[in-house]
Amino acid sequence: MRRISLFFTSFVTWYLLTWPYDFKAQIMNWQIFIAGIIVSIIASLLFIKVFTQYPHKIFSPVRIFWAICYVPVLFFSMLTANLDVVYRVIHPRMPIKPGIVKVKTGIQSDSGRTALANSITLTPGTLTVDIMDDGHMYIHWIYVRETDIEGASKKIVQRFEPLLIRIFD
Amino acid sequence: MNETIGIIFFGIGILFNFFGCLGLIRFPDVYNRLQAGTKCVTFGMIFILIGVAIYVGFNSLGVKSLVCMIFILITSPTAAHAIAKGAHKANVKLWEKSVIDQYEEDKVD
Repeated sequence: MRRISLFFTSFVTWYLLTWPYDFKAQIMNWQIFIAGIIVSIIASLLFIKVFTQYPHKIFSPVRIFWAICYVPVLFFSMLTANLDVVYRVIHPRMPIKPGIVKVKTGIQSDSGRTALANSITLTPGTLTVDIMDDGHMYIHWIYVRETDIEGASKKIVQRFEPLLIRIFD
Repeated sequence: MNETIGIIFFGIGILFNFFGCLGLIRFPDVYNRLQAGTKCVTFGMIFILIGVAIYVGFNSLGVKSLVCMIFILITSPTAAHAIAKGAHKANVKLWEKSVIDQYEEDKVD
Protein backbone atom coordinates (compact mmCIF):
# COMPACT_ATOMS: atom_id res chain seq x y z
CA MET A 1 0.00 0.00 0.00
CA ARG A 2 2.76 2.43 0.93
CA ARG A 3 4.74 1.38 -2.13
CA ILE A 4 1.78 1.99 -4.42
CA SER A 5 1.13 5.46 -2.99
CA LEU A 6 4.83 6.31 -3.27
CA PHE A 7 4.74 5.12 -6.90
CA PHE A 8 1.76 7.38 -7.65
CA THR A 9 3.27 10.37 -5.88
CA SER A 10 6.56 10.09 -7.76
CA PHE A 11 4.83 9.45 -11.05
CA VAL A 12 2.54 12.49 -10.70
CA THR A 13 5.56 14.64 -9.84
CA TRP A 14 7.41 13.29 -12.87
CA TYR A 15 4.40 13.90 -15.10
CA LEU A 16 3.98 17.50 -13.92
CA LEU A 17 7.68 18.25 -14.31
CA THR A 18 8.05 16.79 -17.81
CA TRP A 19 4.46 17.24 -19.13
CA PRO A 20 4.73 14.87 -22.11
CA TYR A 21 1.27 15.60 -23.55
CA ASP A 22 1.06 18.42 -26.11
CA PHE A 23 -2.47 19.90 -26.23
CA LYS A 24 -2.10 21.72 -29.53
CA ALA A 25 -0.72 18.77 -31.51
CA GLN A 26 -2.65 16.16 -29.45
CA ILE A 27 0.48 14.02 -29.24
CA MET A 28 1.62 12.03 -26.22
CA ASN A 29 5.36 11.58 -25.93
CA TRP A 30 5.35 7.91 -24.90
CA GLN A 31 9.13 7.73 -24.39
CA ILE A 32 8.98 10.17 -21.49
CA PHE A 33 5.82 8.53 -20.13
CA ILE A 34 7.32 5.02 -20.00
CA ALA A 35 10.63 6.31 -18.66
CA GLY A 36 8.63 7.96 -15.87
CA ILE A 37 6.91 4.68 -15.00
CA ILE A 38 10.26 2.85 -14.81
CA VAL A 39 11.91 5.56 -12.72
CA SER A 40 8.90 5.69 -10.36
CA ILE A 41 9.05 1.92 -9.84
CA ILE A 42 12.75 2.14 -8.99
CA ALA A 43 12.11 5.06 -6.63
CA SER A 44 9.25 3.25 -4.88
CA LEU A 45 11.51 0.24 -4.35
CA LEU A 46 14.48 2.22 -3.02
CA PHE A 47 13.05 5.07 -0.98
CA ILE A 48 10.19 3.43 0.89
CA LYS A 49 11.91 4.13 4.23
CA VAL A 50 11.69 7.93 3.98
CA PHE A 51 8.05 7.97 2.85
CA THR A 52 5.15 8.80 5.20
CA GLN A 53 3.89 6.10 7.55
CA TYR A 54 0.22 6.88 6.87
CA PRO A 55 -0.38 6.74 3.11
CA HIS A 56 -4.17 6.54 3.51
CA LYS A 57 -4.12 10.16 4.68
CA ILE A 58 -2.87 11.42 1.32
CA PHE A 59 -5.75 10.03 -0.71
CA SER A 60 -8.65 10.58 1.71
CA PRO A 61 -11.18 12.88 -0.04
CA VAL A 62 -12.21 14.71 3.15
CA ARG A 63 -8.63 15.76 3.82
CA ILE A 64 -8.15 16.87 0.21
CA PHE A 65 -11.35 18.93 0.46
CA TRP A 66 -10.10 20.71 3.61
CA ALA A 67 -6.70 21.22 1.97
CA ILE A 68 -8.40 23.00 -0.93
CA CYS A 69 -10.37 25.12 1.59
CA TYR A 70 -7.05 25.97 3.22
CA VAL A 71 -5.60 27.55 0.06
CA PRO A 72 -7.74 30.76 0.03
CA VAL A 73 -7.29 31.19 3.81
CA LEU A 74 -3.51 30.99 3.40
CA PHE A 75 -3.53 33.27 0.36
CA PHE A 76 -5.61 35.93 2.13
CA SER A 77 -3.38 35.90 5.21
CA MET A 78 -0.30 36.12 2.98
CA LEU A 79 -1.79 39.15 1.26
CA THR A 80 -2.50 40.95 4.55
CA ALA A 81 0.93 39.89 5.83
CA ASN A 82 2.69 41.41 2.88
CA LEU A 83 0.74 44.67 2.99
CA ASP A 84 1.55 44.83 6.72
CA VAL A 85 5.28 44.31 6.17
CA VAL A 86 5.33 46.76 3.25
CA TYR A 87 3.65 49.36 5.48
CA ARG A 88 6.29 48.85 8.17
CA VAL A 89 9.10 49.02 5.61
CA ILE A 90 8.07 52.26 3.92
CA HIS A 91 6.89 54.06 7.10
CA PRO A 92 9.57 56.68 7.94
CA ARG A 93 9.74 55.83 11.66
CA MET A 94 9.45 52.03 11.22
CA PRO A 95 6.70 51.10 13.74
CA ILE A 96 8.18 47.79 14.90
CA LYS A 97 8.29 46.27 18.40
CA PRO A 98 9.97 42.88 17.90
CA GLY A 99 10.30 40.00 20.33
CA ILE A 100 10.16 36.23 20.63
CA VAL A 101 7.00 34.80 22.22
CA LYS A 102 5.94 31.27 23.08
CA VAL A 103 2.72 29.72 21.78
CA LYS A 104 1.04 26.36 22.23
CA THR A 105 -0.52 24.23 19.51
CA GLY A 106 -2.81 21.21 19.81
CA ILE A 107 -1.72 19.58 16.56
CA GLN A 108 -0.21 16.14 17.18
CA SER A 109 1.30 14.96 13.89
CA ASP A 110 4.73 16.08 12.72
CA SER A 111 3.63 17.03 9.21
CA GLY A 112 0.78 19.10 10.65
CA ARG A 113 3.19 20.99 12.88
CA THR A 114 5.50 21.58 9.92
CA ALA A 115 2.61 22.99 7.90
CA LEU A 116 1.57 25.18 10.82
CA ALA A 117 5.12 26.51 11.26
CA ASN A 118 5.40 27.28 7.56
CA SER A 119 2.01 29.01 7.50
CA ILE A 120 2.97 31.08 10.53
CA THR A 121 6.17 32.13 8.82
CA LEU A 122 4.23 33.26 5.75
CA THR A 123 1.65 35.32 7.67
CA PRO A 124 1.50 38.69 9.45
CA GLY A 125 4.73 39.64 11.12
CA THR A 126 5.51 36.22 12.57
CA LEU A 127 8.44 33.85 12.04
CA THR A 128 8.78 30.43 13.65
CA VAL A 129 12.12 30.04 15.41
CA ASP A 130 11.81 26.64 17.08
CA ILE A 131 9.33 23.85 17.78
CA MET A 132 9.44 21.74 20.92
CA ASP A 133 8.28 18.14 21.23
CA ASP A 134 5.44 19.03 23.62
CA GLY A 135 3.75 21.34 21.11
CA HIS A 136 5.24 24.66 22.16
CA MET A 137 6.55 26.92 19.43
CA TYR A 138 8.77 29.99 19.66
CA ILE A 139 7.64 32.76 17.34
CA HIS A 140 9.49 35.92 16.42
CA TRP A 141 6.86 38.64 16.21
CA ILE A 142 7.54 41.92 14.48
CA TYR A 143 5.01 43.82 16.61
CA VAL A 144 4.37 42.10 19.95
CA ARG A 145 0.77 42.57 21.11
CA GLU A 146 0.46 39.76 23.68
CA THR A 147 3.27 38.33 25.77
CA ASP A 148 1.57 35.45 27.61
CA ILE A 149 1.13 32.02 26.02
CA GLU A 150 -2.69 31.99 25.80
CA GLY A 151 -3.07 35.44 24.31
CA ALA A 152 -0.31 34.94 21.76
CA SER A 153 -1.66 31.51 20.78
CA LYS A 154 -5.07 33.04 20.26
CA LYS A 155 -3.69 35.75 18.02
CA ILE A 156 -1.21 33.67 15.98
CA VAL A 157 -2.19 30.02 15.91
CA GLN A 158 -5.97 29.92 15.97
CA ARG A 159 -6.49 31.17 12.46
CA PHE A 160 -5.00 27.97 11.00
CA GLU A 161 -5.33 25.37 13.72
CA PRO A 162 -8.90 24.06 13.11
CA LEU A 163 -8.30 23.57 9.40
CA LEU A 164 -4.87 21.98 9.86
CA ILE A 165 -6.21 19.54 12.47
CA ARG A 166 -8.84 18.45 9.93
CA ILE A 167 -6.19 18.03 7.23
CA PHE A 168 -3.35 16.32 9.07
CA ASP A 169 -4.47 14.71 12.34
CA MET B 1 -5.12 39.40 -23.59
CA ASN B 2 -3.30 36.68 -21.65
CA GLU B 3 -0.03 38.50 -22.19
CA THR B 4 -1.40 41.71 -20.68
CA ILE B 5 -2.66 39.88 -17.57
CA GLY B 6 0.69 38.09 -17.31
CA ILE B 7 2.61 41.35 -17.45
CA ILE B 8 0.37 42.89 -14.76
CA PHE B 9 1.16 39.88 -12.54
CA PHE B 10 4.89 40.36 -13.23
CA GLY B 11 4.56 44.00 -12.17
CA ILE B 12 2.85 43.15 -8.87
CA GLY B 13 5.44 40.45 -8.16
CA ILE B 14 8.39 42.72 -8.86
CA LEU B 15 6.85 45.43 -6.65
CA PHE B 16 6.60 43.00 -3.69
CA ASN B 17 10.15 41.75 -4.34
CA PHE B 18 11.37 45.35 -4.32
CA PHE B 19 9.74 46.07 -0.96
CA GLY B 20 11.23 42.85 0.38
CA CYS B 21 14.71 44.01 -0.59
CA LEU B 22 14.03 47.44 0.90
CA GLY B 23 13.05 45.74 4.14
CA LEU B 24 16.29 43.75 4.08
CA ILE B 25 18.19 47.04 4.12
CA ARG B 26 16.02 49.04 6.54
CA PHE B 27 15.22 46.59 9.33
CA PRO B 28 17.60 46.53 12.29
CA ASP B 29 18.47 42.88 13.08
CA VAL B 30 18.67 39.39 11.57
CA TYR B 31 15.20 38.25 12.61
CA ASN B 32 13.35 41.31 11.31
CA ARG B 33 15.30 41.12 8.08
CA LEU B 34 14.34 37.48 7.67
CA GLN B 35 10.70 38.50 8.07
CA ALA B 36 10.91 40.94 5.17
CA GLY B 37 13.08 38.58 3.16
CA THR B 38 10.83 35.52 3.37
CA LYS B 39 7.38 37.04 3.23
CA CYS B 40 7.66 39.63 0.52
CA VAL B 41 10.01 37.64 -1.70
CA THR B 42 7.92 34.45 -1.50
CA PHE B 43 4.76 36.39 -2.31
CA GLY B 44 6.45 38.22 -5.16
CA MET B 45 7.81 34.98 -6.60
CA ILE B 46 4.33 33.43 -6.46
CA PHE B 47 2.93 36.33 -8.45
CA ILE B 48 5.74 36.14 -11.01
CA LEU B 49 5.29 32.38 -11.47
CA ILE B 50 1.50 32.71 -11.83
CA GLY B 51 2.22 35.44 -14.35
CA VAL B 52 4.47 33.07 -16.30
CA ALA B 53 1.76 30.40 -16.28
CA ILE B 54 -0.81 32.87 -17.63
CA TYR B 55 1.62 34.36 -20.15
CA VAL B 56 2.66 31.12 -21.85
CA GLY B 57 -0.67 29.30 -21.41
CA PHE B 58 -1.34 25.75 -20.29
CA ASN B 59 1.66 23.86 -21.63
CA SER B 60 4.89 22.32 -20.40
CA LEU B 61 6.43 25.61 -19.24
CA GLY B 62 3.29 26.88 -17.49
CA VAL B 63 2.76 23.67 -15.54
CA LYS B 64 6.42 23.66 -14.50
CA SER B 65 6.14 27.18 -13.13
CA LEU B 66 3.08 26.18 -11.06
CA VAL B 67 4.98 23.18 -9.66
CA CYS B 68 7.89 25.48 -8.80
CA MET B 69 5.42 27.69 -6.93
CA ILE B 70 4.46 24.80 -4.64
CA PHE B 71 8.13 23.95 -4.03
CA ILE B 72 8.97 27.55 -3.16
CA LEU B 73 5.97 27.72 -0.81
CA ILE B 74 7.31 24.70 1.08
CA THR B 75 11.05 25.43 1.08
CA SER B 76 11.25 29.18 1.61
CA PRO B 77 9.70 29.32 5.13
CA THR B 78 11.66 26.23 6.12
CA ALA B 79 14.92 27.94 5.14
CA ALA B 80 13.99 31.08 7.08
CA HIS B 81 13.14 28.95 10.10
CA ALA B 82 16.52 27.20 9.91
CA ILE B 83 18.42 30.48 9.60
CA ALA B 84 16.54 32.04 12.55
CA LYS B 85 17.21 29.04 14.78
CA GLY B 86 20.85 28.94 13.73
CA ALA B 87 21.27 32.64 14.44
CA HIS B 88 19.74 32.24 17.89
CA LYS B 89 21.96 29.23 18.64
CA ALA B 90 25.01 31.30 17.65
CA ASN B 91 23.95 33.96 20.19
CA VAL B 92 23.04 36.64 17.69
CA LYS B 93 21.32 39.24 19.86
CA LEU B 94 17.92 40.70 19.15
CA TRP B 95 17.59 44.40 18.46
CA GLU B 96 18.11 46.43 21.65
CA LYS B 97 14.53 47.77 21.55
CA SER B 98 13.03 44.26 21.44
CA VAL B 99 10.45 43.81 24.17
CA ILE B 100 10.64 40.11 25.02
CA ASP B 101 12.68 36.98 24.32
CA GLN B 102 11.05 33.91 25.83
CA TYR B 103 13.27 31.60 23.81
CA GLU B 104 16.33 32.92 25.65
CA GLU B 105 14.54 32.60 29.02
CA ASP B 106 13.61 28.97 28.40
CA LYS B 107 17.01 27.92 27.12
CA VAL B 108 18.60 25.08 29.04
CA ASP B 109 22.29 24.34 28.69
